[in-house]
Amino acid sequence: MIHALEKEGVQHIFGYPGATIAPFYDALIQSDIKHILVRHEQHAGHAASGYARVSGKPGVCVVTSGPGATNLITALATAYMDSIPIIAISGQVDSNLLGRDVFQEADITGATEPFTKYSYLVKDAADIPRIFKEAFHIASTGRPGPVLIDIPVDLQTDKAAMHFPDEVHLRGYNPTIKGHPGQVKRLVKEIRKAKRPILCVGGGVFNSHAEQNLAAFIDKAGIPTVCTLMGIGAVPTDSPLFMGQVGMHGDNLANEALSHADILILMGARVSDRAMMLPDKIKRKTKIIHVDIDPAEIGKNLDTYLPVVGDLNTILGQLLEYEVPEQVKLNREEWTKNLHDKAALMLTDETVRSGTVNPKAFAKELSKKLGDNYIYCQDVGQNQLWSAGNIEVRKGCKFLTTGGMGTMGYSIGAAVGARFATIEDGTQNARTVIAVCGDGSFQMCMMELATIVQQGLDVKVIVMRNGKLGLVREIQDKSYYGHHSEIDLTGSPDPALIAKAYGIDAYQASDIDTALGHVDKMLSSTRPALLVINVPDDESSL
Amino acid sequence: MKHTIAALVENKAGVLSRISGLFARRGFNIDSLAVGPTDDPQISRITIVVDGDDYIAEQVTKQLNKLIDVIKVRKLDEDMIMRRELVLIKIKLEEDQRGEVIDIAKIMNCEIVDITHTTLMIEFDNEPEKVDLLIDLLSKYKILEIARTGTIALQTGHNNVGA
Repeated sequence: MIHALEKEGVQHIFGYPGATIAPFYDALIQSDIKHILVRHEQHAGHAASGYARVSGKPGVCVVTSGPGATNLITALATAYMDSIPIIAISGQVDSNLLGRDVFQEADITGATEPFTKYSYLVKDAADIPRIFKEAFHIASTGRPGPVLIDIPVDLQTDKAAMHFPDEVHLRGYNPTIKGHPGQVKRLVKEIRKAKRPILCVGGGVFNSHAEQNLAAFIDKAGIPTVCTLMGIGAVPTDSPLFMGQVGMHGDNLANEALSHADILILMGARVSDRAMMLPDKIKRKTKIIHVDIDPAEIGKNLDTYLPVVGDLNTILGQLLEYEVPEQVKLNREEWTKNLHDKAALMLTDETVRSGTVNPKAFAKELSKKLGDNYIYCQDVGQNQLWSAGNIEVRKGCKFLTTGGMGTMGYSIGAAVGARFATIEDGTQNARTVIAVCGDGSFQMCMMELATIVQQGLDVKVIVMRNGKLGLVREIQDKSYYGHHSEIDLTGSPDPALIAKAYGIDAYQASDIDTALGHVDKMLSSTRPALLVINVPDDESSL
Repeated sequence: MKHTIAALVENKAGVLSRISGLFARRGFNIDSLAVGPTDDPQISRITIVVDGDDYIAEQVTKQLNKLIDVIKVRKLDEDMIMRRELVLIKIKLEEDQRGEVIDIAKIMNCEIVDITHTTLMIEFDNEPEKVDLLIDLLSKYKILEIARTGTIALQTGHNNVGA
C-alpha cells in the first residue's frame, strides 16, 4: 500500500491510526511519506481536501475501521459535492470476519456509496497495486471526487506478489475531454449573436486548471462574468468584466445581470438551488448554454438549449481559436456599461456599531493585507457570506470553502492541508494561509489547533464571534416570525484562551483598527496565531 | 410513460447495490429490473423499465452512465424492441376448476409445469402486457404464488448494445 502511494508521488497524508490500520502505520515508519496526525478523522478528510485544492493532486487521508471510518463520512460527502479529488484509505476488520459485526466493524463502502465517486473493498492483496492505480485515476480525472479504499487488516500484511501496473483499464469510465467540434461551433455562433450575454463560472474552473484560458476568453469575447460560491477566485475580483457572485447570498448586481441576460453560458457550474434560485424563471427569458465535464449535470436542474460536454480548459482552448468580430463587442457595450453603472451604485453596508467590528469591512481589508497568492480557507455560516461577498480575490489567490455541503468546521482542517501543499511545492514562505470561521464553526474544528502546533504550521485563524448561530438566526427572522430557537452559543469558551491553551499567540479586537493592527502583527511572524473579532449579533449576511 | 433501458455492467460484487441505491436516492420509480450474465462472463446485462417522463428517462440514463462499473447504457426505442417476461403462477384448485384453468392455459399458450390434486403451476413467457392479461384471467381463481422475472429486451434488426 505504501509502495503504491509512493508510486503515485504522494508525499503527505493525513490520518488517525487504529487497530485495523495498524499494519499500514507500522510500514509507514520506513517510508519517506510524511503523515500528519489530525485530532478527529473528519478533519483528515478536510485537510486532504485543502491539500488537493491547492496542489491540484488528490489528497490522501487514512483512518481506521468503524468509528474512524464513519467520522470521515462528512468530509467525503463534502468533497463529493464540491468535486474535490480525495483518496480515503480505511482499515477494515479481518476479511474472514467480515459481516459478523465484530468490534469496530462498519460497512463503510456501503455507507459512503452515495458520497464517493467510487469505492473498493479489497478482497485479495494482489489487487492492491491495481486498485490504488485506478483510485488515483478515478479521483483525479473527469469530474473529480473522493474514492474510498477499504482494506481488511489481514490483507495489509498478506505477502502477495505485487505487480504494479503502468496503465489503467476501466471500460466503464471514459470521460469526454475535448468538446464536440459541432457544439463548440454552435456555441461560438450563439456568442456572436448575443446582445446581453452572461458567463457564469463555478468550481470546475479550478478542477480543470482553466484560469488562464478563462481570462483570455472573457477578454477576447468581452462577456460580463459572474461566479458561483465555488467559483470565487476563478476570475479575479478586480477584473473589469467581473460582476460578482450569483445566488441567494450573492451580489445584487450579479443576480440582476443574470435576470436580464439573453444567453447564459454556464462553465463548470452545476446550477445548485443556492446559486440559481428560480431556474424556471431564468429559462423562460434566457437561452442556457451549459459547458460541463459531467453530462449528468447538464439539464438536471435547468433546461439547456446547448450542451457542451468536456474538459473546460480544453473547450476554452477550442473557443479561443475563433475570432470575435469587433462589432460583436461593440453591440454589447451598452449592456456592459449598464452593469458597470449599476455596480457603482451598489455599496456594502459597512455601518459600524459601537464596540464591534463590521465583519464585511474587516473581510475586505483583511484580504488586502494577505499579500499575493494567499489561501483563504473559509468556514460555513454568516462568516462565509461576509467573506465571500467582500474579499478581494486577486490573481493567484485562492478562496477555499464548502459550497455544496456547507460543512461547518471545514476551515482549520482545510488550512492544514493547504499549508502542506505549499510546503510540498516550496511556496510556503510566499503564501499566507488563513482559516476564517465563526464561533460556532470554530468549535467544530478547534481541536485541529493541536495539529497546527504539533506540525509547527504557519496558519492564521480568525474567529468572527457573535455568540450566535447567525445564519440560522436570519432564517428564523425571515421564515419563522423571528422566533429564535437554539441559536444562542452561551457557554462557549473564549477562542483566544483556547488558543493560548494550545500555545498559540492570540489576539482580540472589538474595533476594526485594532483588528487590522493585530492582523499586521500576526502576518509579520511565521508562528501560528489566532484573532478573535467581536462582531454584532444582529449583523445581516448581505 | 414507460421506458426500457438496457445497461451492460461489470459482473462483480456491489454493482447491483450501486444501481439500486442510485434509483432510491434520486427518486426514480422502477417498474422492473432484470439482470443476468452475457456471453462474456465478465459482463452482465441489466434491463430496467422505468416509469416517468422524458426528463426521468434521460436522468436515469445519464446517472447510470456515470457509474464506473456501468460500461454502456442505451434507452431502447419502444417500437423497435422485442420485450419478454417469464412468469410462474401457482393456483389452488377448487372442485371442477381444473378444466377451466387448463383451457385458459391452452388458449394463452402456457405450459403446465407442475400439478397436484389441488394445485396447478403455469409457466408463461411473453410480452409483459400478455403476462398481465394472463394474471388478470387467472385472478378469479385462488392464486397462491406468482414469480415474475421482470422485462428483458433486445433491439430488433441490426441495432445492438455492444460493449
